[in-house]
Amino acid sequence: MNLTVNGKSATIEAQGNVSVLQLLDLLNVSQKEYVTVELNGDILDRESFAASPVQDGDTVEFLYFMGGGAL
Amino acid sequence: MLRIPREIHEAVLEHAREGFPLEVCGILGGRGSEVLSHHRMTNTDQSNEHFMMDPKEQFALVKELRAAEQSMLVIYHSHPESPARPSQEDIRLALTPGVAHLIVSLMDQETPVAKAFTISEGTVAPVEIELF
Repeated sequence: MNLTVNGKSATIEAQGNVSVLQLLDLLNVSQKEYVTVELNGDILDRESFAASPVQDGDTVEFLYFMGGGAL
Repeated sequence: MLRIPREIHEAVLEHAREGFPLEVCGILGGRGSEVLSHHRMTNTDQSNEHFMMDPKEQFALVKELRAAEQSMLVIYHSHPESPARPSQEDIRLALTPGVAHLIVSLMDQETPVAKAFTISEGTVAPVEIELF
């Protein structure tokens, strides 16, 4: 499956359908609970990662939560 | 080592002053160790103790930087009433790899202090800033 991930072409070797959650695993993304994903221009709810399929030709962007505090 | 143009460094300090007493946040883009662009971001927390960036703004900026052949070099935020050093929360939530974290302290509003750090898996290391 050929994707564009964070602006770069990526080929994912997978059998059958792949969810966004599985894609993050395949990309060795750690601390997925802090990751935000945009699939073909739409930001996904984190709860929907497992139910959102990724298909050949899709564009995926992901980035980490950016926050902090003074305390 | 981070090389930051003086005007961008001053713009970051000004952003922190303008936002007081709330925390402000933003991103500096560039190439290698040289900062080339300054981007104010919305603190969706609107708090004097926390900040959180808006994911929509983050995605838009990442694409803008990519188009300009820049990358995200620095995530900055202000500490309105505490020193320019990473808090426990800053350390816990420093998740983006390969960036420096710039913290502006406004404990002395007349003379804000900005310091940069790398934070990786709980380990904090200072980063020298060279203004040019």
